[in-house]
Amino acid sequence: MTNYELVVIGASAGGMNALKEILSNLDRDFAYPIVAVQHVAPDSENYLVEYLDEYSNLNVREASEKQRILPYHVYFAPPNYHLLVEEDKTFSLTVSEKVNYSRPSIDVSFETAALAYKERIIGILLTGASQDGAKGMQMLHTLKGMTIVQDPRTASVPVMPQAAINLVSVDYKLPLEEIAPFLNTLSRTHAGRKEQEG
Amino acid sequence: MINNQDLAQENISIEIKLLLEAIYLKYGHDFRNYSQAHLKRRILHRLMLSNINSISEMQYKVLHEPEFMQEILTDFSINVTEMFRDPAFYLTMRKDVLPVLQTYPYIKIWHAGCSTGEEVYSMAILLEEEGLLDKTLIYATDNNETVLKVAKKAEYTTDNLKNYQKNYEKSGGKGKLSDYYEEKGSIIKFDPRFRKRIVFSEHNLVTDNVFTEVHMIICRNVLIYFNRRLQNRVIKLFHDSLMEEGILGIGSKESVDYSRFGDAFEHINKNRKIYIKKSSIDE
Ligand SMILES: C[S@@+](CC[C@H](N)C(=O)[O-])C[C@H]1O[C@@H](n2cnc3c(N)ncnc32)[C@H](O)[C@@H]1O
Repeated sequence: MTNYELVVIGASAGGMNALKEILSNLDRDFAYPIVAVQHVAPDSENYLVEYLDEYSNLNVREASEKQRILPYHVYFAPPNYHLLVEEDKTFSLTVSEKVNYSRPSIDVSFETAALAYKERIIGILLTGASQDGAKGMQMLHTLKGMTIVQDPRTASVPVMPQAAINLVSVDYKLPLEEIAPFLNTLSRTHAGRKEQEG
Repeated sequence: MINNQDLAQENISIEIKLLLEAIYLKYGHDFRNYSQAHLKRRILHRLMLSNINSISEMQYKVLHEPEFMQEILTDFSINVTEMFRDPAFYLTMRKDVLPVLQTYPYIKIWHAGCSTGEEVYSMAILLEEEGLLDKTLIYATDNNETVLKVAKKAEYTTDNLKNYQKNYEKSGGKGKLSDYYEEKGSIIKFDPRFRKRIVFSEHNLVTDNVFTEVHMIICRNVLIYFNRRLQNRVIKLFHDSLMEEGILGIGSKESVDYSRFGDAFEHINKNRKIYIKKSSIDE
């Protein structure tokens, strides 16, 4: 079984509630750091981060450049910047062109995270009206990471998860409420294995 | 096209290192200390679009075809900019910084990494509205000659004009943005009185030295592309180029805290990333 080391989550329209559902139900000692991209207006003050931090057992923060990626943290892409994951497990930010009409773009974070973590990564794509994230999921899949989409029937806007399903044969299609329990299970077996290994 | 197995291999990182080394040795463009994830993403996109099979093959092509090098340069560079980007930054300039600069008989400002110049003309407008333009000289530099050519013309398309107008208002603009340019079809051109106060020139923050001594340096969204070592070099360069109590303005997600020279600067406004260089007596 793969030892995962990172979870990446992408969300657009309707993402606030979906993210709240997931982040508020993850274990306090959830083993994998989380990188999250939610489409937001360029000049928004990132109220999202403070809001989700209230509800989560994990430390929800805005990612800053060169920052080391650590467990028990959820790192959000800042408004108007792309968030890139480096091979040395740190972040970079760029203000390059919008991708899929978005900055931050989910594809940019997913693709760079996939290249940095290879098969040791879990990608999750949630509700949205965008095409963003589908190519990122494809890259994750190509590099043998695990791909999960929110079941479009449970998404407030199904377009984005559906776009990924159309492009990639994703590993799991889960209703929103089942995503956090599923991740908790992975994380607990991971912790169990670590103990056994001593 | 690159195949999937190659993507998964460590070889990619090695090949990218070699490619950057080749580019540096052959053309002198030094990307070795730039953040790698961005370069890697652009290199892979170029591979997908072309009929090249590997990064090593790309390296051969770069060495033998200068025209191809130009394409790679375009791929690598990030020149995205806008007028009055982060209006709150300009508002703080207007309220807290220009009143300090105003006490000098003349003012020299250095915009490093100015790209196509939108930021520079924004500052010039601000200076004009605060009555300082006539005693100010702005040096605006970038290492990319293509963007400097655009900047010198002072001409922009109207595509983003609505956004610029909104930014201008939020930055505390005293009139209308249209007071400062002439519109011809889908092009706007800024009044020559701004251009007269600006000297554009090529300067590379990685390889060149102190540019000139100035009262204020603005360098936003350039440091984020550099690794810590390079950031250190550049912040030292800024430190050495600033007069005592000079002002340094950087991007909203950048910081001098990690630099060895971090202690030599004090925040004027933490949220806006505007610093003042401490005078040597306090150090
Ligand atoms: C994203 S743009 C920032 C433009 C503007 N300052 C802003 O914030 O809107 C980055 C600019 O930095 C320039 N740049 C990158 N490396 C540089 C270097 N070594 N020396 C000087 N300029 C550099 C690029 O050519 C580009 O125009």
